[in-house]
Amino acid sequence: MRDIGRRRKETVNQSPKGPKLGIKKYMPFYIMFLPVLIYYVVFRYIPLIYSLIISLVKYQPAKGILGSKFVGLEYYLQFIKSTFFVRLIRNTLAINFLQLTLGFVAPIILALLLNEVGRAKFKKMVQTVTYLPNFISSVVVVSMVVTFLSPSTGLINNILQAFGLEKVNFLTEPGYFWMIFTLMTMWQTTGYTAIIYLASLTGINSELYEAARIDGAGRWKQLWYVTLPGISSTIVLMFLMKVGRVLDVGYDTIVLMYNPSIYSTSDVIGTYVYRRGILNGEYSFGSAVGFFQSIIGLALVILANKMAKKYSETSLW
Amino acid sequence: MKESKGRIVFQCINYTFLFLMMVVCLYPVLYVLAASLSSFEFLSRGKVGIIPMGFTLDAYKRILTYPMLGRSYFNTFFYTIAGTIISMLISALAAYPLSRRPFPGQKFMSKVIVIAMLFSAGIVPTFLVVTKLNMYNTVWSILLPTAVSSFNVILLKNFFQQIPYELEESASLDGCSQTMILFRIILPLSMPGVVTVGLFYAVAQWNSYFPAMLYLRDRALVPIQIILRDIVIQNQTTDLAIDLVKGSDQISESVKYATIMVATLPIMLVYPFIQKYFVKGVMVGSVKG
Repeated sequence: MRDIGRRRKETVNQSPKGPKLGIKKYMPFYIMFLPVLIYYVVFRYIPLIYSLIISLVKYQPAKGILGSKFVGLEYYLQFIKSTFFVRLIRNTLAINFLQLTLGFVAPIILALLLNEVGRAKFKKMVQTVTYLPNFISSVVVVSMVVTFLSPSTGLINNILQAFGLEKVNFLTEPGYFWMIFTLMTMWQTTGYTAIIYLASLTGINSELYEAARIDGAGRWKQLWYVTLPGISSTIVLMFLMKVGRVLDVGYDTIVLMYNPSIYSTSDVIGTYVYRRGILNGEYSFGSAVGFFQSIIGLALVILANKMAKKYSETSLW
Repeated sequence: MKESKGRIVFQCINYTFLFLMMVVCLYPVLYVLAASLSSFEFLSRGKVGIIPMGFTLDAYKRILTYPMLGRSYFNTFFYTIAGTIISMLISALAAYPLSRRPFPGQKFMSKVIVIAMLFSAGIVPTFLVVTKLNMYNTVWSILLPTAVSSFNVILLKNFFQQIPYELEESASLDGCSQTMILFRIILPLSMPGVVTVGLFYAVAQWNSYFPAMLYLRDRALVPIQIILRDIVIQNQTTDLAIDLVKGSDQISESVKYATIMVATLPIMLVYPFIQKYFVKGVMVGSVKG
């Protein structure tokens, strides 16, 4: 986005003449953009406005929005006061916290370790293999987790049994869910995300390392003073992207994995919206909870972006 | 250069660790493959590793005779191909104006795309809009609501920007229209980008199941991922999976593994060929996005 701005200034200086929107001159561009504009309006922006309106009325599809009774913030309050509220927020934040720590650091470490590998062939092999899980669909990954953890025939329980340990029904014990989900997500994404860091590692000027070595910096010092600052803007950017989705923790995957016996740890805002809003058809309530989530998410991105701008000069906008 | 002792120790640990990482990533996939080809006696005793024990193709034979599976498989191919074409067309048309020299409407255009990336409406209102448009339980509910990804549009824009503007200018002087410039010059010249983004869309569509779960009631329309969910995850032995998994328990376990394999196989087969494009795409996207 940055370079667009730069070029804009140049041309404005070069040719100040011409009508304000350049409708005639740029007509083909506007027509080309039309399909995507329609797409975004219909499937992104109308639902957004819809969401806000429906959450404020007692929506009944048969009566339409205008025929439905206006109830104000009732559904929001109902959600905040409900017994589920604390549990949902806790689960959502806990899973996020694990992903923002373990899940965030793992690809950086993998990239740094890969960067130390001298043999290009081995490096490429590791990259290829660790990148593979990213192509496997959530349904398949969850299928594998379910079959591996199955109490009767699962691989993990067979191993436990071989060591003379009790079999565990992992997917019905609430205590395991956070970790299982985090490890599963890490398995899927670590290799993929590491590539992004590897890309920015290759962008570091090698003269900087030379200079550091001449100054007597060891490997650790080089890592600390050259490598990490070199990829810090990528790290910040990736962090911001993650924060943007902070309340949206892959609920579509959780929907596949969870069951009533582990709702206490696995039910997150997204799954709750799906159950109440779609399965139960409580459109207004579902919209209110969904809108609440979007607002908090947006607020967090704006906050994180401000912080990033202040401390690291990197930002999303 | 002489390596220090600590350095050698570090390298040993590093190589071992990375090797283990590969094992962790590959093992589950190889295990599923082996399990799908193994007989029940070995599977139930937990004897199967990454080499099939009591080799048998029974599970696959069972799947092949199951009409629902073939139908859903065909559906997935259809959604992947049609979806990718629609997505690419809309995305390329949007990315092109964004990649050109600034013009008055451009700022608005990039705002439309970036805001949608940051702020999502949630499933309930989207569901209602799709239903209102009479797309519920039609193929359009799978092809359209998730057609465009802002990230992919920005990625394409970055690829298009790498093409020198002079080319476009001279084509324009030769009387080429903007549409012709896009399709005859820009797209062919940014083939790596087009392939990358196309693959992103295709893989996403192949792997997608959530829209199908939301919008499709008709069993004849569902993709393979839904069948997989019913058989393996939900262990559904109702209407559709009954003849497949029930009947003889002997075979049901390997049928589950075989179904996982079948749903993943096409991606596994093309993976070695498309992998380098993805790496390239991720790199361009991350460096300039």
